[in-house]
Amino acid sequence: MGKFESPDFYAIDALLSEDDRNVRDTVRGFVDDNVMPVIEKHYEAGTFPTEIIPKLGELGVLGATLPEEYGCAGMNNVAYGLINQELERGDSGVRSFSSVQSALVMYPIYAYGSEEQKKKWLPKLASARAIGCFGLTEPDYGSNPAGMITRAVKDGKDWVLNGAKMWITNGNMSDVAVVWAKTGNSDDPKSIRGFLVEKGMPGYDVREQKHKASLRASVTSELFFADVRVPEENMFPKAEGLKGPLGCLTQARYGISWGAIGAGMACYDLARQYAAERIVFGKPLAGHQTTQHKLAHMLTELTKAQLLSWRLGKLKDEGKMTHFQVSMAKMNNVAIALDIARVAREILGANGISLEYHVIRHMCNLESVKTYEGTNDIHSLALGQAITGIPAYS
Amino acid sequence: MEIIVCIRRAPTTDARIKPGADGKSYDPAGVNYDISEYDKFAIEAAIQLKEKHGGKVTVLSLGPTDTTKELRTAIATGCDAAALLVSTGNHDSWTTAQALAAKIKSLPHDMVLFGWNSVDAQSSATGQMVAELLGLPCATVAVGLEVAGGAAAVERLAAGGNREKLSLKLPCVVTCQKGLNKPRQPNLTGIMAAKKTPVEETPAQVPAGGVATLRLDPPPPRPAGKIVGKGPEAAKALVGLLRNEAKVI
Ligand SMILES: Cc1cc2nc3c(=O)[nH]c(=O)nc-3n(C[C@H](O)[C@H](O)[C@H](O)COP(=O)(O)OP(=O)(O)OC[C@H]3O[C@@H](n4cnc5c(N)ncnc54)[C@H](O)[C@@H]3O)c2cc1C
Repeated sequence: MGKFESPDFYAIDALLSEDDRNVRDTVRGFVDDNVMPVIEKHYEAGTFPTEIIPKLGELGVLGATLPEEYGCAGMNNVAYGLINQELERGDSGVRSFSSVQSALVMYPIYAYGSEEQKKKWLPKLASARAIGCFGLTEPDYGSNPAGMITRAVKDGKDWVLNGAKMWITNGNMSDVAVVWAKTGNSDDPKSIRGFLVEKGMPGYDVREQKHKASLRASVTSELFFADVRVPEENMFPKAEGLKGPLGCLTQARYGISWGAIGAGMACYDLARQYAAERIVFGKPLAGHQTTQHKLAHMLTELTKAQLLSWRLGKLKDEGKMTHFQVSMAKMNNVAIALDIARVAREILGANGISLEYHVIRHMCNLESVKTYEGTNDIHSLALGQAITGIPAYS
Repeated sequence: MEIIVCIRRAPTTDARIKPGADGKSYDPAGVNYDISEYDKFAIEAAIQLKEKHGGKVTVLSLGPTDTTKELRTAIATGCDAAALLVSTGNHDSWTTAQALAAKIKSLPHDMVLFGWNSVDAQSSATGQMVAELLGLPCATVAVGLEVAGGAAAVERLAAGGNREKLSLKLPCVVTCQKGLNKPRQPNLTGIMAAKKTPVEETPAQVPAGGVATLRLDPPPPRPAGKIVGKGPEAAKALVGLLRNEAKVI
């Protein structure tokens, strides 16, 4: 197949600044050189391409919107979105690595952390000398994190942590885990606080979750806490209640709305190229009406998603974005990307199920992306609340 | 060391270049631009010399205002300053060299680097002409470059695949070839920093040239392929043709 050509049917490029385009092209080149040659092998083996971790740090994508004083690039949100788009054009697992590090680890340290926590962790996380993970989901509480049972109890100057987290991206690779736990009664979500649990703390254990058929080039782990003593200075001073983790999730979901476009663009472009070359019934597959109908639908949905995320980025830069708007973009863009991946898979026929052609990998990955960071159902309920004023999930 | 790198904004190497409506220049529709391929080796060489010996790298270009994009990429990669001689015209090597040389004279320079050829104009002449105008020693198609004791040690490709080693007294001009180094990519922190570095833009003083482009014609269509036969017999015929006609095996 030929080189990737990104669809831009509505000349959205012209809405981007020169710097935004420069950032996008730089990350695109990085993905071509460093992700595409190795991703198929890692996906098949079920391993994360750890060899690219230091390079991601060097490239400056980690925590890219945070200020330069902490070793970050200080970018606007459209540029940050484009970074996610390009990384996920490579693989959702690679984008997940970067999203978790940036939005779920570095962002809360920056937004809720003490100056000491920021100085200690942000430069290391920005340069990938340290890796982080985010522990919110538990075996029994996913969509409803308010029910979590992990608890932290004060003992002298320390907090003593007990409980377990599940489905935690980067878990086994992490030097630091942002862990959310209740400090009060089990029915009191207002008592939720965030802790920085460090690798090697006695009683803290991690186990990789294997046998995934999706997001295979990503590390997913269970975290266990058995009387883990976490010093007071490792608690976030500025996050109380569910607002803390949800604030992080808004950041991450924003990035995912862009990331999904990347996966969708990859699948669309592969299908377009394949259809042009593949001869069926004496003429290119692309010349048959049903194929054109499919391609037209894919491009239309992609174009709408591009506009949605671009506008969302502008609103975020202006400080006017709401989490309901993020829900719409995350829900829509992931759903259309998955739909595009499935149709692309179909257009490629049997080759569509071969990892060599990438679409099946994107398709399987997007099943996870549709579920994590708020399932489609949950985001539609958030929108339902925005429309009617009645929260259906409480 | 004060190093000047002259770069050109040129179509990307994967661009499909077709003659435009005027029949003299290429059609810019759908063409993306980048730093001309070989100039990237010159930028990398300059940054490596700066890292080793200290100093400053200035990138210089003659071109339309859009060239600020390529100049900023050079800064994001590690260059320190950028100057653009603004001109929308299509200039030949000699007039380009005169405009560049006039600017270089006003800047301190221990070394002036170029790509050995541009991917679009392909006249591989500008570097040598600038050297002549500045009265500086010049080495072309460098695949090795070191500086020590006030001289540049250049390794270059010579006839027959031989490697020629030259010593040039500084200041000097060197044109760079693939193989000299592996150009680094700009990183995002660099791109952000580059935003804060001003690109000095001045109208170019380009003298009238003596060369006029008359026509730009597309290449002749590729001749049709040849089917030599079917089955095992065909393999034999194919090998024969590859050996005797195409002379590739
Ligand atoms: C690969 C992967 C990586 C992940 N990484 C992380 C991570 O790094 N950190 C982290 O904390 N978590 C992570 N997660 C967990 C993820 O966020 C949760 O899986 C997700 O929130 C859904 O929770 P659940 O799986 O428990 O599903 P459930 O909450 O049990 O939901 C099951 C189904 O019920 C639906 N549902 C739930 N509530 C309602 C309702 N009120 N009305 C209608 N339908 C409803 C859901 O939409 C879903 O379809 C990851 C998950 C995966 C798959």
